[in-house]
Amino acid sequence: MRTDPGTLALVSLLLPLASFFVLAIVAPFRRLGRPAAYFSVLCATGAFAAAVMAWLAQGESTIPTLHLWEWLPGQGKSLATVGVLVDPDSTVMLMLVTLVALLVQVYSLGYLHEEPPKGLGRYYTYQSLFAFSMMGLVLSPNLLQLFMCWELVGLCSYLLIGFWYPKPEAARAAVKAFWTTKLGDVGFLIGIVLLWRSAGTFDLTELHAMVQSSTLPLAGLSIITFCIYLGAAGKSAQFPFHVWLPDAMEGPTPVSALIHAATMVTAGVYLLHRTSWLFALTPDVLLIVAWVGAFTALLAAVLACVQDDIKRVLAYSTVSQLGYMMAAIGAGFSAAGFFHLLTHGLFKALLFLGAGAVIHAVGTNDISKMGGLARKMPITAIVFLIGTLSLAGIPFFGGYLSKEEILGAMWAGGLPGPFAVLMLVAFLTAFYMFRVVFLAFYGPSHVAASHGELVMTTPPDEGKIVHDQPGPHSSHLHDPPASMLLPLLTLAALAMFVGIYSTLIGPLLPAEAAEHAAPGWLTPSAVGVAVVGILLAWLTYQRRTINPESLASAFGPIRTAALAKFWVDDAFIFVYERVLLTFARVVGWTDRYIVDGVLNMVSAWTLTAGDDLRTIQTGKAQDYVYGVAVGVLALILWMKLS
Amino acid sequence: MGLQPFLVLSSALFCIGLFGVITRRNTIGILLGIELMLNSVNINLVAFSRFNGSVAGMVFTVFTISITVAEMALGLAIVILLFRVRRTAMADHLDLLKG
Repeated sequence: MRTDPGTLALVSLLLPLASFFVLAIVAPFRRLGRPAAYFSVLCATGAFAAAVMAWLAQGESTIPTLHLWEWLPGQGKSLATVGVLVDPDSTVMLMLVTLVALLVQVYSLGYLHEEPPKGLGRYYTYQSLFAFSMMGLVLSPNLLQLFMCWELVGLCSYLLIGFWYPKPEAARAAVKAFWTTKLGDVGFLIGIVLLWRSAGTFDLTELHAMVQSSTLPLAGLSIITFCIYLGAAGKSAQFPFHVWLPDAMEGPTPVSALIHAATMVTAGVYLLHRTSWLFALTPDVLLIVAWVGAFTALLAAVLACVQDDIKRVLAYSTVSQLGYMMAAIGAGFSAAGFFHLLTHGLFKALLFLGAGAVIHAVGTNDISKMGGLARKMPITAIVFLIGTLSLAGIPFFGGYLSKEEILGAMWAGGLPGPFAVLMLVAFLTAFYMFRVVFLAFYGPSHVAASHGELVMTTPPDEGKIVHDQPGPHSSHLHDPPASMLLPLLTLAALAMFVGIYSTLIGPLLPAEAAEHAAPGWLTPSAVGVAVVGILLAWLTYQRRTINPESLASAFGPIRTAALAKFWVDDAFIFVYERVLLTFARVVGWTDRYIVDGVLNMVSAWTLTAGDDLRTIQTGKAQDYVYGVAVGVLALILWMKLS
Repeated sequence: MGLQPFLVLSSALFCIGLFGVITRRNTIGILLGIELMLNSVNINLVAFSRFNGSVAGMVFTVFTISITVAEMALGLAIVILLFRVRRTAMADHLDLLKG
């Protein structure tokens, strides 16, 4: 009997949830640290196995498997359901999520080996919750469940960015990430509710059926899709919401690999891919998506060129690649974007984990304090190089075909503007990534000079868990331990496999079958542009034929602007401090002096009136009799006169 | 002699009584004022009874007189008790109801 993929997916979904509940409720077990970590890894392994089996069971079939439970009962049909929707897209995404989650959890065993047991238990509790929420998002059959899981992954992101919460930058970054994404999420929620009002359902399958039978009311649909896009832009760090992602690098590096490179930030792309039939009805919104995506890609790529922090380079690179995916979706080829999402998930996780290995060994994020690492840590250098070549889109490496597909999609979608921008970004991508490679792994070493110094500068009072990153644990550099090396090698092998397979045989997934007619010159020119980028980086940072300083001064104003992050953060601060706070002060003044003032006046008048009136209460019975007599007289007069 | 002189007399008596009730400081004086007002009512009742040829008014008057006696006995008792407790029988000193 063929196993039902829905049940398998459900098993996969519930294993991390079980792990989370056990770790969250059984506190003594969580505080043991290592055993809790092993338990979480075990559950993640089970989840990955179940996800692979679900994918195999789903096979080539495009018929979705639905498992639904009523959540909010309504009249006639239920208002909202929870459950799993298993189709080719969600199973592939599920595999990616469980795979990266598993590898990151294994990697963290080595990376966080200096963490006290309590912290380690807490870390794995969050990791389990994140795995569950992300899988719930991926498998979600309706927008309501998707939104809930969306918020849950946001919460996990907040918790994990702020994992080293005694460090002020980490706490700040966590809050910043939370609020910036919330800004988009408000739009998302409004979009869902508006969609429900016009369509009467949250269910993706029903919505799809309505779109296909053209029964969905088109009035106001642009606003709905734009609102949904806002949510996706917040999560997927599109301009101007991209500001949170580089700061999110304050979290532990494995967290950056899992949440801020491979899975959570791609949730926005996934959402747009899932609802691409809805967006297809609103071409004006799609145009915005494409242009904003291309612009984000360019902006982030330029920013990545001037960063010295290895994780920030990777973070901006992620923003840039998310811009690529969004642009492809905007061009109407969401499958191309989704394909890039998958390959990017593999090689970006690889790059982050590689960077983590470097940081673990060197004890700093600063690439100017690295150099010559290839001799000391050859395996790390090789896997990092594989990731870099994948990102640059070189043939036989992971990102090659997916990047070509996106460029082809832009061309086929009739968007020459974003196409040109993305070509430029392809050049910049190759340049900034190889800048990191040459500065960190080749050339003269700058490690020794800064080595002991960093440990010394750790403040003694908060030195316990407040390391910037886990410090160097031995004076000589070497490749990371097996628990960290294994995930690196797995991801490198997968990136290579995807690259070779897709270069030689064709797209890995049937859904991506060439749906666009790219001109013949596209592939050579895209690869050529990347190679030029690599060459420029080589000449500048390896051979020193071009002086990096003169290169920098050639782009003086752009460089200054990029170092200031194009003032986007400042714009946010300006809006907050000047506009919002001023408005808040005006509102506060109005409330204090006008609204409260009227109330205080009324109450003061009442008091005075009461005070004045009590003087007629003399307490003397004769006065009252006098009053009664006058009253009776008045009544008599009134009756006589009227 | 018609009904009117009787009514004028009773009204005058009522007003005198009311004036006494309102102006007298001594509580016993107030009780006397009340007595005058009740008697003006009695005159009214008897006058109407006489001119309407009905006995009901006279019967009522008999009731009123007896009730008045009881009321006076009670009122004087209260005044005496008040005097014992407060050492005064002046109405304007008794202002416990003052707001």
